[in-house]
Amino acid sequence: MADTAVRFEHVSMAFPGVLANDDVTLDIRRGEVFALVGENGAGKSTLMNILYGIHAPTDGQVFIGGTEVTDFNPRTAIGLGVGMVHQHFMLVPSFTAAENIVLSREPRKGRIFFDSAAARRKASALAEEYGLEVDPDVPVGQLSVGLQQRVEILKTLYRGAEILILDEPTAVLTPQETEELFAVIRRVVREKHMTVIIITHKLYEVLAISDRVGVMRKGQLVGVRDTADVDEQTLASMMVGRPMLYDTLEKTGVPGRELLRIEDLSVRDSRGLPAVRGVSLSVRAGEVLGIAAVEGNGQSELIEAITGMRRPESGRVWLQDRDVTGLDPGAIRAAGLAHVPEDRLATGVSAQASVADNLLAGRQREARFNRFGFHRRVSTVERYASELYERFDIRGAGVRTAAGDLSGGNMQKVVIAREFSFDAPVLIVAQPTRGVDVGAIEFIHSQIIAKRNQGCAILLCSADLDEVFRLSDRIVTLYEGQITGQYTGVFSKDEIGLGMTGGNREAV
Amino acid sequence: MLETILSSIFSAGTFNQMLRSATPVALAALGGAMTEHAGIMNIGMDGMILMGAFFGVLGSWYFGSAAAGVALVLVMGVIVGLFFALFTVKFRSDEFIIGTALNTFALGLTSFLSRSIFGTGGTKGNPALPTVHIPGLDAIPFLGQVLNDNSLFIYLTWALVLIMWLFVYRTPYGLWLRASGEKPETLRTAGVAPERMKWLASILCGLLCGLAGAHLSLGQLQGTFAEDMANSRGYIAFACVIFSKANPAVAYAAALMFGFFDAIGLRLQEYVSSDLTGTIPYLITIVMMVYVVVRSRRRDMRAGRRLPQRQG
Repeated sequence: MADTAVRFEHVSMAFPGVLANDDVTLDIRRGEVFALVGENGAGKSTLMNILYGIHAPTDGQVFIGGTEVTDFNPRTAIGLGVGMVHQHFMLVPSFTAAENIVLSREPRKGRIFFDSAAARRKASALAEEYGLEVDPDVPVGQLSVGLQQRVEILKTLYRGAEILILDEPTAVLTPQETEELFAVIRRVVREKHMTVIIITHKLYEVLAISDRVGVMRKGQLVGVRDTADVDEQTLASMMVGRPMLYDTLEKTGVPGRELLRIEDLSVRDSRGLPAVRGVSLSVRAGEVLGIAAVEGNGQSELIEAITGMRRPESGRVWLQDRDVTGLDPGAIRAAGLAHVPEDRLATGVSAQASVADNLLAGRQREARFNRFGFHRRVSTVERYASELYERFDIRGAGVRTAAGDLSGGNMQKVVIAREFSFDAPVLIVAQPTRGVDVGAIEFIHSQIIAKRNQGCAILLCSADLDEVFRLSDRIVTLYEGQITGQYTGVFSKDEIGLGMTGGNREAV
Repeated sequence: MLETILSSIFSAGTFNQMLRSATPVALAALGGAMTEHAGIMNIGMDGMILMGAFFGVLGSWYFGSAAAGVALVLVMGVIVGLFFALFTVKFRSDEFIIGTALNTFALGLTSFLSRSIFGTGGTKGNPALPTVHIPGLDAIPFLGQVLNDNSLFIYLTWALVLIMWLFVYRTPYGLWLRASGEKPETLRTAGVAPERMKWLASILCGLLCGLAGAHLSLGQLQGTFAEDMANSRGYIAFACVIFSKANPAVAYAAALMFGFFDAIGLRLQEYVSSDLTGTIPYLITIVMMVYVVVRSRRRDMRAGRRLPQRQG
């Protein structure tokens, strides 16, 4: 019988207007990998933030290694052996890996000076001990996400963590990096007898890595199971509280004529360095072309060049047989393109503006919304917005509230609702479900496929490989701005993962 | 003609003037570097300097000693720093507004107090800070003339540049300070409250700007206070901070550059209208800021924060 590493007893956490955790009682055993799953806003992160001392629970008790936590702050939690790798990395970009690892527990010389040589030595020693190779002298801002995550893990190990919390650790990793991470997790559990708690959306990962799994829904822990006894369907149903029917997306019709063609496109990034190097693509009516790429391999610049947000260096973009290369975004939209941008907060919505105004954006000059060409017909706008609001199942406090007050998933639905309502024959969809919960993902996916079945040409770009697999008719992999592979029919994850890291270059 | 102008420009006197003009800016820039690292945009340095200048003279006049004046400046520096942090850190007010308010408040307060206490907007002839003579330094030609016999705070500034540089880049507290500005949540999850570092930075800034003011009134002008005597040095210091990316050593170099052009301006007054020469340091500041904008735009572009300018 394994002893208990962490024990939550009737823990509740109330934020103004939200009960984030509702009477959670949970034991996590020493030396196990425990997966915590649930939709966005189910309270997983809150529960872990309590364990890490960021929040003090409004009610209930927390025990770490048998000691009751009375003083909730990260320093205490770290002292009790808890380490947490946050979803958004807690690293100072300009600091070196070694500096980040030792931050707040720096080795010193002469009591007041920072001993950077010792910091580097300790960082390297830890890296070697756990097989987490990383250059201690490079500013972490220059490291890949995978390496940054290593630095995060090393940081917790440096602080003597015995209980490691990983919040959505694989969201930003390639399949290969994910495999490496899992190998590390297995090793620390086996060799160092650590306890690992992993928060994730991806159910197959739960099955791959965990010993037990806890499912949360609306702040409550709805069940804890041995991983061996469950499958993805069961977990998904537990998460949303109703039977989930995955893979019911029905694709119909055959691809028609070519609507979007990209010829030998080269684009420079904001530093002036080549980001896209001679990419050629073609998307036909009634098909989804998926781009699988690790972040920072030119997909953002490619999309910016197609949509007119960035001027390509060379090459052509053809939209419905019209050359739209280098036109401004408005002109390209008018030529029949709609765009769901990758960063909904930066370019997708105006957070301060109302939901209605956001839904209207792009149509604000249409005669039906204006009187005398300048007077906004508010009631018409709101009627129009409310109709989209209903149709796209946006859940919030109505069309008059600021878009920024919506949850991530609902904000994304606003973007989808607006862009999909233009009836543009070509859709560019980037990261459509990033940070969106399972229920909303299902809805957004069905909308994308509906558009496909209606005969739209869709270019999909996502860091979530499952999504690319699920929606695409064809897939291209992009690595360092070049197409490294094209796949049709049955996709193999390994093969595509290899294309995403340029590992198949010799073969191409 | 040109020869005389040039020889007058590149004389020991000019470089000595450069040191004197640079020092108040440099001291304030050291303070500004602290708040900058802590992620606080501090445009209130001008007011902080003015307060230092006034309270230095007030203490010197009241107690009859420049040392007492400096002591009063240090006390006021801490108070001003606490006041600044109370609004920017604790109440999270808009830093720009608080900085502006501080400048306006300092101008009003010092003028009001000066008129109430001294009867006019200014005072002079109060006990001043000593100049320092280093024996033997005169033996070095030119350099000796430039470096020797300066007001005490010029030498103090050199020590402070070194100390602040070591503090920022060679101590754990410097790491925390920089982390508190760049990624506060990271510091918090590491178990150090970033607010603590921000408070500390504000207090240090209040102290250093106070010293800048004290140098101006008690050192450079030998016990003189005049209304608005900071004369925008706080803004020039801010420019030095931004230009140097808050590196104390580079900020000092930037302040020297300002001092150099200020000194040239004073020299050229013999030949050109002083109204015109007086603009030189500010023109240089503008050039510095243009450079900074270009640099930061490049950086923003790198970070992808800005849509690129459309070419052609």
